[in-house]
Amino acid sequence: MIHRRNTLAAALVAGALCLAAAGAHAQSKIKVGLMLPYTGTYAALGTAIENGFRLYVQEQGGKLGGREIEYFRVDDESDPSKAVDNMNKLVKRDNVDVVVGTVHSGVAMAMAKVARDTNTLLVVPNAGAGAVTGAMCAPNIFRSSFSNWQPGYAMGKVAGEKGAKKVVTITWKYAAGDESVEGFREGLKSAGGEVVKELTLPFPNVEFQALLTEIAAAKPDAVYAFFAGGGAVKFVKDYAAAGLNKTIPLYGPGFLTDGTLEAQGAAAQGMLTTLHYADGLDVPKDKAFRAEYLKAYKTAPDVYAVQGYDAAQMLGAGLAAVKGDIAKRPELIAAMEKEKIDSPRGAFTLSKAHNPIQDIYLRKVVGTENRFEGVAVKALADPARGCKM
Amino acid sequence: MDLAVFLVQCLNAVQYGLLLFLVASGLTLIFGILGVINLAHGSFYMIGAYLAYALAPWTAAHLGGGFFTAMAIGLTLSVVFGYLLEWGFVSYLYRREHLQQVLMTYGLILVFEELRSILAGDDVHGVAMPAWLAGSIPLGGVMTYPIYRLFMSGVCVAVALGLYAVIARTRLGMAIRAGASNREMVQALGVDVRLLYRVVFAAGVALAVLAGMLAAPVSSVYPGMGNQVLIISFVVVVIGGIGSIRGALLASLLVAFVDTFGNVLVPQAAGVLVYVLMAMILLWRPEGLFRTG
Amino acid sequence: MLTHANGRRGAPLARRVAPLVAAAAVLAAFPYVGGRFYVDLVLTTMILAVFALSLELIVGETGLVSFGHAAFFGIAAYATTLLSPGATPPSLVWLLPAALAITALAALVIGALSLRTRGVYFIMVTLAFAQMAYYVFHDTRLAGGSDGIYLSVKPVLALGSITLLDLGDAHTLYYATLATLAGVYVLLALIHRSRFGHALNGIRANERRMRAAGFSTYPYKLAAFVLAGTLAGIAGFLHAVKDGFVNPEILAWHQSGTVLLMLILGGVGSLRGAVAGAFLFVMLKELFQSEAIFGGFARHWQLPLGLTIIACVALMPKGVAALSSQLRRAQAPLPDAP
Repeated sequence: MIHRRNTLAAALVAGALCLAAAGAHAQSKIKVGLMLPYTGTYAALGTAIENGFRLYVQEQGGKLGGREIEYFRVDDESDPSKAVDNMNKLVKRDNVDVVVGTVHSGVAMAMAKVARDTNTLLVVPNAGAGAVTGAMCAPNIFRSSFSNWQPGYAMGKVAGEKGAKKVVTITWKYAAGDESVEGFREGLKSAGGEVVKELTLPFPNVEFQALLTEIAAAKPDAVYAFFAGGGAVKFVKDYAAAGLNKTIPLYGPGFLTDGTLEAQGAAAQGMLTTLHYADGLDVPKDKAFRAEYLKAYKTAPDVYAVQGYDAAQMLGAGLAAVKGDIAKRPELIAAMEKEKIDSPRGAFTLSKAHNPIQDIYLRKVVGTENRFEGVAVKALADPARGCKM
Repeated sequence: MDLAVFLVQCLNAVQYGLLLFLVASGLTLIFGILGVINLAHGSFYMIGAYLAYALAPWTAAHLGGGFFTAMAIGLTLSVVFGYLLEWGFVSYLYRREHLQQVLMTYGLILVFEELRSILAGDDVHGVAMPAWLAGSIPLGGVMTYPIYRLFMSGVCVAVALGLYAVIARTRLGMAIRAGASNREMVQALGVDVRLLYRVVFAAGVALAVLAGMLAAPVSSVYPGMGNQVLIISFVVVVIGGIGSIRGALLASLLVAFVDTFGNVLVPQAAGVLVYVLMAMILLWRPEGLFRTG
Repeated sequence: MLTHANGRRGAPLARRVAPLVAAAAVLAAFPYVGGRFYVDLVLTTMILAVFALSLELIVGETGLVSFGHAAFFGIAAYATTLLSPGATPPSLVWLLPAALAITALAALVIGALSLRTRGVYFIMVTLAFAQMAYYVFHDTRLAGGSDGIYLSVKPVLALGSITLLDLGDAHTLYYATLATLAGVYVLLALIHRSRFGHALNGIRANERRMRAAGFSTYPYKLAAFVLAGTLAGIAGFLHAVKDGFVNPEILAWHQSGTVLLMLILGGVGSLRGAVAGAFLFVMLKELFQSEAIFGGFARHWQLPLGLTIIACVALMPKGVAALSSQLRRAQAPLPDAP
């Protein structure tokens, strides 16, 4: 028994040393930690973000601010209960200079907490939780994507302008859905409309039929839905199958139809959504980006790839200003704040709270594309409620 | 809620309940007769949906297409797969404790889910439904009801009747009924228990695969889809009483009604309602509605 | 049947205790040799070990398989966070007892109801209650909903103006957790030897016989359930303090599953098995997720983990804690004395 116990202890120490040794690295490289979902529901998004990030770095010859980039990857499993430990892997084990991540809002909340506590530079390439650039905002926390409020607000404004007076909203019962609906309500109100009913169902249920019946009975002027991934596909298809799309327009943030159009097929045709990216943008940078991405990965980029690409651009701008000396943190942050990011989505700047101030586009589903229809709201900034920066 | 809406909601509930039954019936058979807690049952549902997705282009290219051709091939494959899995894996679980069964089938979930990721990727994919089922029928006013959903319910009812006939009328059914309550008795009847188990397991897998293939056109296929049905099917099986097909049917409908009307009437508490239902039923009848054995 | 590796043979006390002391010494020395991350990892694992030990009291000792144990871990973590005032450090003197009292109360209610059922039905009822707790935190705005909630100021133990114990300090938290782990281990070992423990063992072995002998088993089972829930609450408290962040996912069913998994990997019915299982599970996951070893395939870490779990259970049905005795038996096939 003594023998076994010792073996266990030895294995523990040996395992630790082995992993620690593997984490060793050349001193001259900038260490970028990618904390993204590589398994589970959001795995495809994690891959797209990483691809986008790497593409920009490759375009710069594998260097940002004159220094080579070394990657460290951690699968966050979209599990907030492991998020602090996973973040510590990058911060404390791999000693990365900057962390890029993630998709899931709850995980991003934990990451923001660790980033604040350890003063680690963090760029969030997707998760739209308002608090990341709201109550949790900090000089070292940036976001290259959006806040849940932004596309929601823009869609509300468009819906109101299109004459929707009474709107029903439907979403999963979770924070991202609440925030998106809140944004929509504000946008709609500013354009003279009103949310008359908020329907929710427990995450991640996809049995929508009962709520569709409620919508049919309520006969609103329009419906605003917030779902993503498999849920978005099923909702849009069920909505069309119930015949509701013929009489009640279905609106949503772009996630309702992004990366899901092949699966949604005919059901999504003609739908209007709002997002900070679209197909058919008349932006030269976007055309170049798409061609390069297609060449590198043999697949077309999506909004997640753009967000990853821009995360790298933001970091690149900061590093260029300090000539790769990442220890000059205040100068680096100042440069990142000031930079006008030449994004495939169109140039954007950052708000005081470090969230993009960006044009939100109105898009229409045509075939398997979210076609650019116009600008829904120009240079929309998140209200960053609770941010004391 | 006026009467018309109420009736449509009832239809929704019945339709959802029948689909739940299709998954849960296989689970309760395996659970009741083989005595194995099979956490991987949700994976079989997922495999079914991905089979529908993967077979559609293949049958279109080689067999002139057809939703039903794909389904027939899928079901055949699933029976073979279930048979082999019982032979190579599950049969080693009979002598193990419940806890170990839980663990080993949990390991199986991870394996299936990761193989899915390697073979089919992580994107969401749609599955086409046959054109003649794609329409919908008007249902008073704004709403129309998709024909495919009615078709699904029809298949579920047919399966339920078929299961009933097999269990109530055939020698196999007699063995199954006996097996659910008393394993020794089956042996005494001169039934080859090993074969019986193999057949029952294969049938259970086939039922879950059928549910997955049937649901694929409306639910599409995506990572993690199996886990969603897993817990809810366990709830159904336990409420109904382990091993009872009748119980599974009643419990499926009960769960579906609570879920449907819960989402509509008390959305704040919709998440917990099904579990409150299960807890209440088990406190009232500690071995489910229809106990066997 | 569940067997007790712990104290099965009448080995001298010193021989049984020595390896435990050695293990504790290794853990105590670890912060001086391990890197920052590995110290954190061991800390996390020790918290999980406390969690697994608490479950061992009902699963291994009493034979009640709960599939909802994460509820108590989570309720305590949330209670800790919600009770903590925003700006000033809360005192350990009232915060820990208050959080545990709430957890114990929850365990009392859930246990009192769940214990009316048995077997697989018990597994499912405990799962149902845990899911209810999960949705309460996930769906309501009581505590930040699905985004979770922060614990910004860590609790301290102060005497007047002198701070005796500051759990905000990583070093202090590490040793406080190690002490807790040792304390819970000793407590459970004492229970195992006590009259109460014998009663629980009797229930596990043959509840019907105990009842036929005129022994009321329900209060014993309930006491064990409440105690186990409360001990899980200690782990939940430590988790909240360590992470400073609490999210509904810590109550999710797969957390209850994971801790059961640790127990079975280590060996049900043995305290050292529970601890070893926690360490083994964490190490397996770290191993398979390591890009340094598996390169690009590391992103498919679930595949080797799943296969390893299956292989472990198939080859070591009684867990690693019983491995040596299993090997010994294989060499000299003697009937196993109960």
